[in-house]
Amino acid sequence: MNKQFFDNLVSFLRRSHCEFREKATEWTCRTKSREIPTAALLLGVNVTDHDLTFKSLSEVIQNNITPYVASLQAKDCPAIKNLMQKLMGQLMNCCVDVDSSDEEDCAQVSQNRIRCSITSLISWYENITKKTDSETPSRKRTSSRHLQFPPVVVIFKDMESFTTKVLQDFIVISSQHIHELPIILIFGIATSPMIIHSLLPHSISSLLCIELFQSLSCKEHLSTIIDKLLLTTQFAFKLSEKVLQVLINIFLYHDFSVQNFIKGFQLCIVEHFYSQPLSVLCCQLSEAKKRVNSLSHSQCENIRRLPSFRRYVESQESEKQIALLTSDNFLKEAVQKLLEDLHVYHENYVPVLRCLHVFTSSLPKYPLGKQIRELHCACLESRVWETEDYESSLQLARMLNKSDLVTMLQKCVEIFVSSSGKDFDKVVEKLKDFLAQFQKLEGVCQEQEESISSQKELQKKTDLYHLQKTLLELKESRRSKKMTKFEMLRFEVVDFIDSLVRNYLVPADHKTLHEIMYFNTASAVREHLNAAPRIALHTALNNPYCYLKNQASKSDGGSISNKAPDVCIAYKLHLECGRLINLVDWLEAFSTVVTAVEGPNGDAAVSDQVDDVIHARFIRAVSELELLGFIKPSKQKTDHVARLTWGGC
Amino acid sequence: MPNLEHPAYPAATLLRLESLVPCRESQVSMLLSIFGERQQFTFPSIFIYGHTSSGKTYVMQTLLNTLQLPHVFVNCVEHFTSRLLLEEILIQLQNCSSESTPASRVLCDTFNDFVRLFKQAVTSQDLQDQTVYIVLDRAEQLREMEANILPAFLRLQELTDRNVTVVLLSEIVWELFRPSTGCFEPLTLYFPDYSIGHLQKILSNNHPPEYSADFYAAYINILLGVFYMVCRDLKELQHLAALNFSKYCEPVVRGEASERDTRKLWKNIEPHLKKAMQTVYLREISSSQWERLQQDDGDPGQLKGLSAHAHVELPYYSKFLLIAAYLASYNPVRTDKRFFLKHHGKLKKTNFMKKHEKTSNHLLGPKPFPLDRLLAILYSIVDSRVAPTANIFSQISSLVTLQLLSLVGHNDQLDGPRYKCTVSLDFIRAIAR
Repeated sequence: MNKQFFDNLVSFLRRSHCEFREKATEWTCRTKSREIPTAALLLGVNVTDHDLTFKSLSEVIQNNITPYVASLQAKDCPAIKNLMQKLMGQLMNCCVDVDSSDEEDCAQVSQNRIRCSITSLISWYENITKKTDSETPSRKRTSSRHLQFPPVVVIFKDMESFTTKVLQDFIVISSQHIHELPIILIFGIATSPMIIHSLLPHSISSLLCIELFQSLSCKEHLSTIIDKLLLTTQFAFKLSEKVLQVLINIFLYHDFSVQNFIKGFQLCIVEHFYSQPLSVLCCQLSEAKKRVNSLSHSQCENIRRLPSFRRYVESQESEKQIALLTSDNFLKEAVQKLLEDLHVYHENYVPVLRCLHVFTSSLPKYPLGKQIRELHCACLESRVWETEDYESSLQLARMLNKSDLVTMLQKCVEIFVSSSGKDFDKVVEKLKDFLAQFQKLEGVCQEQEESISSQKELQKKTDLYHLQKTLLELKESRRSKKMTKFEMLRFEVVDFIDSLVRNYLVPADHKTLHEIMYFNTASAVREHLNAAPRIALHTALNNPYCYLKNQASKSDGGSISNKAPDVCIAYKLHLECGRLINLVDWLEAFSTVVTAVEGPNGDAAVSDQVDDVIHARFIRAVSELELLGFIKPSKQKTDHVARLTWGGC
Repeated sequence: MPNLEHPAYPAATLLRLESLVPCRESQVSMLLSIFGERQQFTFPSIFIYGHTSSGKTYVMQTLLNTLQLPHVFVNCVEHFTSRLLLEEILIQLQNCSSESTPASRVLCDTFNDFVRLFKQAVTSQDLQDQTVYIVLDRAEQLREMEANILPAFLRLQELTDRNVTVVLLSEIVWELFRPSTGCFEPLTLYFPDYSIGHLQKILSNNHPPEYSADFYAAYINILLGVFYMVCRDLKELQHLAALNFSKYCEPVVRGEASERDTRKLWKNIEPHLKKAMQTVYLREISSSQWERLQQDDGDPGQLKGLSAHAHVELPYYSKFLLIAAYLASYNPVRTDKRFFLKHHGKLKKTNFMKKHEKTSNHLLGPKPFPLDRLLAILYSIVDSRVAPTANIFSQISSLVTLQLLSLVGHNDQLDGPRYKCTVSLDFIRAIAR
């Protein structure tokens, strides 16, 4: 099941580059004299996603344009020499891939590797093209897929990190030999294309023929993923509001990385199936029904223990309650029905949500959020119709003009028609009915306008006094005037949407058995994904019980127990000091704490001189703290160390 | 104009040479007189310098090719190590007269080997009685190779005891080459920049075949009138000329104007040249895009250049981190307390003082700051509480890889790393919005 998700995502990522691919193919065919055709890819700052992007990109290029693709990373190429080596290695390997039968070729490769210069690259290229030329009759397949003289595509994965000199030299070299070796560069740019100008001087950039391609923004990627994964009935697994919020927050606040979002999602799946015993039922409906039948007694007990199920039981009649709580078979039947309900709920939920989104996304100031994910979160969180934002958005919706309203209604009809829900036939009919009424209204409106204009003509003839009078009258009449037909209809439409929302957008927590489908432990996800090393370290040192699970070291409030490991004691003592810590004082405090238990036994006189063992323990603790990065030796004062942290986080 | 005359070469060849190198006659005749006749020993090394695209490489190449002198032409950027360079020279030398024999592999690690192999090659190719020319293009790269390479090349004639001349081509003056240990002084030769008349002549020279030379010359005249003020680079001008010519011809193609109707043509081309003027040197949109644009006859405003995409989308906390880094870079440490603490005592600063400080700081450029200070400022400028999670720290390092921040000092210094903010005020303004 996880695999299915992942396949879906990978194919999605590929699709998003489809557009680019098409552009690339038509444009690689043409080459200018001396200018190296260059594509600058703006990929956004989510660097972690780029790997996948480049991988699929080079795959696509290999399949469609040329077998010779090399992708270079800045960290592999500190100098032009390394760059050439890497480039030749990759190119010649991929040629070996194409016709691996040639033993001789392999030998050549190893020989060529000794001399890494552009001339050997050119001779290699000539060899290759000659060979494919002579082999074309025998191998139609390769020639039909690639151009006759396939270009060599060099991808610079992270343009920003390359040193300028390497890039400049490489561009100069390849432009010198562009006629013998049709090279194409692809720059992956994370920030802005201005970086090209800041990296390359004019004399170099004039050798390039740069074309800019912008990949989809990562936010759009995210919306598509959410659309495809969460807002479908295809997958039984769902995220609850809090978890989704955590994932989205990490995405928006921290890294913009779609891949991390996917990983977080996968983590949720794993966690859900691992921690929730009833997750066996989290699958397609028909499958789930089968599995319900084979549930064991303990699993039934588990179901009975679910809070949502208990609520359900309590709302039933007493006989039924007993039956549900005692008879496993009865329970199973009920569960099957409930699961079906849940499924229907999901089926209805999505189109209505989309429909509501159509309405709210066009309102000024977006009271319910611009993106469908925000709306989704709001709906999952509570009864959406009880929120203030919903009220205000309805108010705004009542003021929409006609053309907007009509287009929205048409969109809604489309959504409902395309959705698989069964009870939407009526809804569609109703919406169509609304549309028809709007059509009719147009005619009526024109008539009204005519009558108004005749009124105006009358006004012109009267004198000033009369005019004033009529104006006052008009004002009053307008105030008391009944709503026009259009306004009535608008009200009706909004009310209808409102009723739809109330019917179908019930938050999932109110549904029975939602625990099976929804993953709800946001805190676990946050702990795993948004690691806080400093806080973890602090808790470990401050409260060793938390990790050691050792009864003796369980601390009681603020005092420092001597049972704790030495590091913890030293750490706690150092928290009380200022920026510079006197080692002697520290040692004394340390020994006092350590010997606290033996204190009453009466070795008070000896404690002036610190025991050698304690001394050794102290030194070890201090050096451990230094290793952990809390202190460092200071040169300002002798016998002092400097604290590197401030405050207790 | 001095006509090229030299007793050693036939007049027809010289005439052809002269037509190939317009506006460089004096330099060529100078070189010819230095070279002398084929068998004569000439100066051991010649250093030619001049600004970008003043025809150094081109003149040398055409000169040696038309006169069919034995020569080796090597680009030092292309052959980035001394070994590659020396091997390349030897290979070219082997191929230079007898092209039928395939180049056998040469292994040449040191200059000593090179001298030995060079002697062999010269004897095997029957070049003893001719001067062999070794042209090293972009010779400034030689300075970065081993210390012995440059001095050795300069006195190659002496070392090999053969008739050989090394020609160095470079864009920088000889004074910057001279090694500290001293070396043989080459004969320096300067190629001056082309004047406007020269440019006109050169550019008009390669007119497209379907139009008359006069017509193209008029076009070049207009082009130079517009661009000469901002751009004297021959290459760039050629590029511009090629780009805009189709537009210039449009009225003629449509039949609205004859080739002689310069005024009309000028009216037609003027706005386009003005537009092109804004992007001189930048190559913001590639030539193919430009051509497409002109075909569509759309206005370039629609197709944005590279600089139009200057806005960068950053995650929420990255934005704050960058702003904090900027503040830390441009504000002195002592103002931190006053700016970022809620209870900072009295405000004694005068407005004038503050203003004065700011300008000077911007002129001085960013200062390095420690990580702790960055985080402290971050906590004070973000409204909500920020947990110091691993994500925040990884964002700092990803900002460094994006070259928005830069790490000061060594990479491996783990405790107390120091950073610098490398973005401009405008960028920060755009982010802070």
